[in-house]
Amino acid sequence: MNMNVTLPGSTGLQFKNPILTASGTFGYGVEFAPYGDLTSLGGIVVKGLSLEPRAGNPMPRIAETPCGMLNAVGLQNSGVETFITEKLPKLPTDELPVIANIYACDPAEFGELTAVLAAEKGIAAIEVNISCPNVREGGILFGQDATLAARVTEAVKKAAGDKPIIIKLSPNVTDITTIAKAVEGAGADVISCINTLSGMGVDIRTRKPLIANVIGGLSGPAIKPVALRCTHQVCKAVSIPVIGMGGIASAEDVLEFILVGAHAVQVGTSNFLRPDFSFRLVKELEQLMEKMNITDLEEFRGSLKL
Amino acid sequence: MHQEQCTTLTVLDNVPFGTVSGESLFFALRIERPEWADWQPGQFVMLRPEGWALDMMWARPFSICRVSKRDLVIFFQVVGRGTKRLAELKTGDKVVVWGPLGTPFAVEDKTPTLLLAGGIGIAPLVAYAQKHPQPWNLHMEFGHRMPLNCYPFESINERITAASHLERGPDDLAHFLDLIETSIKEYAESDGLVLACGPTPFLRAVQAFAAKHGARCQLSLENRMACGVGACLGCVTKTTDKMTAKGVAAGRAQACEHGPVFWADQIVLDED
Repeated sequence: MNMNVTLPGSTGLQFKNPILTASGTFGYGVEFAPYGDLTSLGGIVVKGLSLEPRAGNPMPRIAETPCGMLNAVGLQNSGVETFITEKLPKLPTDELPVIANIYACDPAEFGELTAVLAAEKGIAAIEVNISCPNVREGGILFGQDATLAARVTEAVKKAAGDKPIIIKLSPNVTDITTIAKAVEGAGADVISCINTLSGMGVDIRTRKPLIANVIGGLSGPAIKPVALRCTHQVCKAVSIPVIGMGGIASAEDVLEFILVGAHAVQVGTSNFLRPDFSFRLVKELEQLMEKMNITDLEEFRGSLKL
Repeated sequence: MHQEQCTTLTVLDNVPFGTVSGESLFFALRIERPEWADWQPGQFVMLRPEGWALDMMWARPFSICRVSKRDLVIFFQVVGRGTKRLAELKTGDKVVVWGPLGTPFAVEDKTPTLLLAGGIGIAPLVAYAQKHPQPWNLHMEFGHRMPLNCYPFESINERITAASHLERGPDDLAHFLDLIETSIKEYAESDGLVLACGPTPFLRAVQAFAAKHGARCQLSLENRMACGVGACLGCVTKTTDKMTAKGVAAGRAQACEHGPVFWADQIVLDED
């Protein structure tokens, strides 16, 4: 059975299976090391990094919702330097593709941050968050405007050297394919979709929003149909590889995203179901493929009958 | 060397404690013992019934109340969607448990130690009194609003002294706060240790008294959590410049990893 994933094009990105963990749900990987073998995963995307440390949003930042959750963590992180000196050395980067997820306030800063990470041997690729709904100075704006999205992509690409760049798209747009084509045209190597859906929750007793930021990002199985639709549309619109995500909670879900054309997937909120979730999912996918007589994922990929 | 584990365990029983207006709101959930090498009072577990499917995505954090050769006991109060469903757990049901997690309470064998418990916050302090090497140095003051038999007050180690205080209204609360301030002052004067667990307003009062009288004090927080392992950043608390824990940055510390037990002078309790 072949679970290997080789992303086409010049990226040189290879995963031993299509299951990666999504940024913001898997910390810096080390948090989950007690619960499974990190190197059994296809790859990990670490918590969003910024040039300088960020304190993030006020509490409460998270709320559980039916089949999902809202979050407005606001990209709290200790800055890229701390990541490189303290977190990255703890990861088995020889055997595990570690993808750095980045956020910045303008294209120049995106470029600066990328340059810092591009110099790190242990980083397999850079995923660019142009779609975080939880930070105010720009954030989502990049992801909602094709011209801005292209400018950020160009700035990152220019600074990335030979590191592949992955642009993470927002579903909070009228037509996701417009943004997808814009970032492809600007030099993106890979697209990942989707980030969270903009949402909110309220408490009728306290008459307060469920999270202090009022509006947050909805994730989890509740958004899977939206994520699948976006992945399907983007796969048809561009020729660069796509990593699909949004509410994946089973091996069947993984195959659904691959069926509509994704090369790989990321697991996000389901990592909170239990900390060994993604490790188990790799094994479950293998069993499911065997049961379904799928010997090669590449053969199955994009085979949706329309 | 990490020793946390994630395992599926069987519920042994789920015993209601007391009633409030005829309703059972407090439960001792007993599950088969996980194969832990060790654990410390103040640490917690994440617990999620398999039967929740995908409806509720998060496990719930609970202080460890007891671990014996046969079982792990956590104590909970029905306060929301999750705990309401936990109250329905029956013998033989399966729960996913990971732990032991977090930073435990300080243990100083010979130091006079004051345990301040508010409501269901008594759970980890029951464990503390049970495991302490010299329990005769411990004293507990327990404030509660529901009938005493709703709480595991009777299970407290008989070798410690403990007093309970029912809060029926503002006068009782004022009296209780006076009493704990006096106690905290006494313990501060003898370089004792003060450990508190309970609702946030209670912890805020304890924190203020400890600061005023210079008491060495630890607080156990109960913040909303999704992962329990330091990744989701949903449970963070603001830290002061006295925070010394390694890995705390940007003035925020995860309650799951750096807590739930914090030194009172190292954190800022948000108004909510």
